[in-house]
Amino acid sequence: MTFAIETVNVEKRYGCLRALDAVSLQVRQGEFFGLLGPNGAGKTTLISVVAGLVRASAGTARVMGADVVADYRSARRMLGVVPQELVFDPFFTVRETLRLQSGYFGLRRNDAWIDEIIHHLDLDAKAEANMRTLSGGMKRRVLVAQALVHKPPVIVLDEPTAGVDVELRQGLWRFIRRLNRDGHTIVLTTHYLDEAEELCDRIALLKAGRVVALDSTRNLLQTFSGFVLRLRLDREQLPAGLDAPVLSQDGTSFNLRLRDTAELESVLHRLREAGVGIAEFELQPPDLEEVFLRVMERH
Amino acid sequence: MGGFPTLFYKETLRFWKVSFQTVAAPVLTSLLYLVVFAQALADRAPAPGGVSYTAFLVPGLVMMSILQNAFANSSSSLIQSKVTGNMVFVLLPPISHLELYAAYVLASMVRGLVVGAGVLAVTALFVDLRLASPLWIAGFALVGSAVLGALGLLAGIWADKFDQIAAFQNFVILPLTFLSGVFYSIHSLPEFWQHASHLNPFFYLIDGFRYGFIGASDFPPLASLAVGGLSFAILSAIALALLKSGYKLRG
Repeated sequence: MTFAIETVNVEKRYGCLRALDAVSLQVRQGEFFGLLGPNGAGKTTLISVVAGLVRASAGTARVMGADVVADYRSARRMLGVVPQELVFDPFFTVRETLRLQSGYFGLRRNDAWIDEIIHHLDLDAKAEANMRTLSGGMKRRVLVAQALVHKPPVIVLDEPTAGVDVELRQGLWRFIRRLNRDGHTIVLTTHYLDEAEELCDRIALLKAGRVVALDSTRNLLQTFSGFVLRLRLDREQLPAGLDAPVLSQDGTSFNLRLRDTAELESVLHRLREAGVGIAEFELQPPDLEEVFLRVMERH
Repeated sequence: MGGFPTLFYKETLRFWKVSFQTVAAPVLTSLLYLVVFAQALADRAPAPGGVSYTAFLVPGLVMMSILQNAFANSSSSLIQSKVTGNMVFVLLPPISHLELYAAYVLASMVRGLVVGAGVLAVTALFVDLRLASPLWIAGFALVGSAVLGALGLLAGIWADKFDQIAAFQNFVILPLTFLSGVFYSIHSLPEFWQHASHLNPFFYLIDGFRYGFIGASDFPPLASLAVGGLSFAILSAIALALLKSGYKLRG
């Protein structure tokens, strides 16, 4: 099976600093894959190695089976990258920018597709405007459009919603989801964990240049997080014999951690048995932030 | 077909969009040189080949403009792309190091030649020019613009900030062009400086280019062309090796 992206023991050293340390991962075709980690974890470096912007010190990277160094032409044709920085060329209009980008990929009669991207990214009104005059959000859309001009099967978005307003973020995700439904593989790095949790099928967590967790979003949530049971009781003391650990207490309010929903029944049973009255009750589902913090603490 | 034609077109369009600054301004500067130097030196600087000082000066000014603008194009485009980060648009597509080199150098040649043609056209209004051998003129214009286009590419690859390009321009390109015989025949210099001038590759480019106009030169034109060609070959080899290795461009 050909992976959309595959890295094998990729290392990147800058002097003594090891920005990437034997990173091996596979992104399947059609997947929505998340690359998460704190600042400096190596996410952008890893993307740069895959995109050919940075040469790995060791290891190999492939895009749709094509080695990013030995067969860089094929690898780069298969890949669209939305860079993290809001970069643009101040000499050109939006349409010129997209035509040039298309031409760099050897596509010179691509106006129908360029029009379509302009339309889908809501850039029609700004198509003839110089890049300098665009707002940050609009410039971000042009970056997405530039990554799509050559219809790549694999699209990498490096923090695409950083500093972007809510409306644009929603619009952008609708569009990216559609691309994913149409068969494009999406790789995403983001600081917004709720975004990753909602969108990604699988997630790799990076820390200090190493992959410290890699699993489906659902498995990560089940393994590293759990449900939080919020209770307000009629007293400030919990009965003895409760299995669930207490995360915090504020007067008569308690937060308990549950491994799964089955554990809820035994907690409620024990409270009833002890004659404790429940004034309020709330069950919070697992969340990725919790997973993130716990994985980062461990490593 | 790869990305070369588009990158070449973009590099040309880039300077053409600001042609007031990149073409009109250097033409005006050359005209000012002509006015000032022709007034100040017309009686003092002996011109070889029995031509007037202004007819001697104009080919030098034209070549100086070609050289300086060819250098400015590739160096400023690269450093601007590196500093602002938009170099990524050229590095992400499947453009080979050879295509990148060819696009930047050719666009630099176009700018150098356009400015040179502009200077020639404007100065020809004021000076009676001879065209002894147009083929030499074309040959040296092409080689000169190519040498400086390649040198500009190298400077752009090497530099990390605008200051460094400005320093290169002010401390290397400008002294080498000024001291290459644009304004005088090196035979009017003391012997030591005549020898020193022979170490300046720009001297050969200007001397040979001028030969095409006035039919006289300080050095045999074929030998000058060979020096230009050799300089171009060396600079190109270094530039291609750096581009292939990804030096300062691909982390």
